Amino acid sequence: MTLVDTLIRGTRDLFKPDTLTPTQKMTLRFVVMGLLWYGVAVIEGMIMRVCQVKPLPTFPPGHYFAILTAHPLVGIFGSTYSIVFGAFLFLVPFLMKKPLWSLKAANTTCALLGVGTLVFWGSAFLSHYAPLYTLYWPLPADFTQFSVWGGTFFILGIALVMVATVLFVVNVFKTITYTPEGFPPQPAGALLASALGLTGLRNLVSREKKEHLVSLPVASIARGTVDTALNAGVILFTGVLILVFMVAAILGHDLRRSAIDALLYKNWFWWGLDLVADGLVLIYVAGAWYLLATLITGKKLFMENVARAALFVEMVVSWTVWSHHLMSDQAQPAVLKILSGEMVTAFELITQGLAFTITLITLWSARPLKMTNPLKFLLGGLLGFALAVPAGIMQADLGLNRILHNTQWVVGPHVHVAVLVGLTMTLYSAVYFLFPILTNGAELYSQKLADLHFWAHLVGGIGMGAFMGMAGLHGMLRRTLYFQGEFTPYMVLAALSGLLILVGFLAFFANIVLSVGLRGVLGIFLPAKLDTKDLTPA
Amino acid sequence: MIDSKLVLWGQTLGYTAYVLAVITGMAWFAYKITRDGSCKQVPNALFYAVVGVLVAVGVSLHIVTHETIPWKKIDLNRDRLTADKTFDIRVADHRFVLPPEKMSVRVGEMALFRVVSDDLTYGFGLFRPDNTLVFQMQVLPGHVNDLLWLFEAPGLYTLRSTEYSGPRGIDMIEKDVVEVVPNTAR
Repeated sequence: MTLVDTLIRGTRDLFKPDTLTPTQKMTLRFVVMGLLWYGVAVIEGMIMRVCQVKPLPTFPPGHYFAILTAHPLVGIFGSTYSIVFGAFLFLVPFLMKKPLWSLKAANTTCALLGVGTLVFWGSAFLSHYAPLYTLYWPLPADFTQFSVWGGTFFILGIALVMVATVLFVVNVFKTITYTPEGFPPQPAGALLASALGLTGLRNLVSREKKEHLVSLPVASIARGTVDTALNAGVILFTGVLILVFMVAAILGHDLRRSAIDALLYKNWFWWGLDLVADGLVLIYVAGAWYLLATLITGKKLFMENVARAALFVEMVVSWTVWSHHLMSDQAQPAVLKILSGEMVTAFELITQGLAFTITLITLWSARPLKMTNPLKFLLGGLLGFALAVPAGIMQADLGLNRILHNTQWVVGPHVHVAVLVGLTMTLYSAVYFLFPILTNGAELYSQKLADLHFWAHLVGGIGMGAFMGMAGLHGMLRRTLYFQGEFTPYMVLAALSGLLILVGFLAFFANIVLSVGLRGVLGIFLPAKLDTKDLTPA
Repeated sequence: MIDSKLVLWGQTLGYTAYVLAVITGMAWFAYKITRDGSCKQVPNALFYAVVGVLVAVGVSLHIVTHETIPWKKIDLNRDRLTADKTFDIRVADHRFVLPPEKMSVRVGEMALFRVVSDDLTYGFGLFRPDNTLVFQMQVLPGHVNDLLWLFEAPGLYTLRSTEYSGPRGIDMIEKDVVEVVPNTAR
């Protein structure tokens, strides 16, 4: 086949969209959309990296901060949520050995995620609405700097994403507990108790041990989904609150900005946001590691009972950890800074360290292993969190936070290494693993491109985090612009690292498109020809 | 004398060593799992030892910094300590309103910075001439934001907002507004 033939029909014409089940198509739609938004986030990231080297007249500060506002949200909601939701809406029924509760709700989730991201991204890009994701009160209601219409559409976009999230949550829990047509009745209450870890808790104190009705990966998805649901509630409430101020401004009424206490708002906001950053991400990631390790090795997970207990602890930790974001807020009570900010945060080192160790030992017990794409990306993901979690523990110390808070250290070695290396490489591992299953045996176009993807992403991600961190330790702040070249050497190196990430993504994107072909990509979005609730063709 | 610059150097060295060790360890692990080996079973004792190390590291970090970083104790006890100098500062409309007299302290003196905001959330950070950070705190509207600091080295320090407050916030810089002079009585 010529390159043009491959581009149109995919590698060896193996990918046939007509053979896909509706569930496979639904999952692939999520993945395609997630990758497209990831591409947008990478390009925006590169624009900002260049602006940090030398501010560009094309992107004046107002526009720069609008990009910075949308960037993490595009990455989290547009990309990560899409890929994670798509994968879990396939994996939960796959692991529960029954069909998804509602395919229609799943496809609606996908559409709402895409449209919602487009709306908030567009409103930031066009109107330059830029309160940043922190939305510190009363900045979202500061209409001397921002267009109230831009803000209204921004909040609307976020609200659509949250509605999508609620649909996802309902679909996951219904799939775990419902009885499909033709199946023997399923014990909904017992299944829910097992998924949430209540059975495990009861087993700790009871002599009569009950069997776990759901597998460990499903339990981890369920527990992470609890945090996802709580987070959606917090973000929706916050969005409505801001919207009230915006609608009032549109109608010509200026509501008193002092009506909401800034410290209370900040506590509320970070409590909700940490359900994503410290709850959902760490729990989902731990679950994904366990699943991938068992699928790659074909072996039982090492210390499965401890892993279940650690997942439950992680969920409780994620509900009580938020105060590490307020260690430089002098009005925040000291007891919260020490207990929630320092001590509970330290538990993340323990729970994530346990997940890391259990996964490594499970892999070790199955050696020799072939260094496949899923395995190498899984190792990359493990490395990312091994680097990023201790960086976060350090900044969650009262003494160190005084000289690290809001510096590039926070976003470099902690946030970007956790998200780009830890989380994204874990997701890539799942994507490479699921690719042949979801495409009914399509072949990857080039292993060399996959290798380039791996090395460029790994070196670029760690490099970018490292150089941002070095700049942070020398006093460079996040969320600002420097015009005198104060930190240019670090920012040039960080930009070159970012370029490597872009190269890695382009290699991956080209590889996937050449594997399934443009015709195949289009076919994913057409209605399925098979009328079945099965996950894969019989 | 332990100041923030020394702590940052310590952190740089410590974290760099940790990163190099972890990367080397993962590279070794990635190589070894592709090779057959006699020792495939990992004893439970080793696993529990790892758990013990994680607990020890997680808890001891905060105890070590409490005993070695001077400003941590000062911050937690600032209600009971007496400042040698107090500076009241307002922030409004993206501008710092500084005391009329120059903010000047002697080395070894404790200065209390009391900052209030009339509108948005800002930051309050002091920087050395080489741009390294001496300290920072958040400035929330509706609250008194106070920080007690013991200055260990003479110099001129620049004030800058360390929190995003919209695009206008990037110009919130007041150059060389805090002066720390040598304490000749020492």
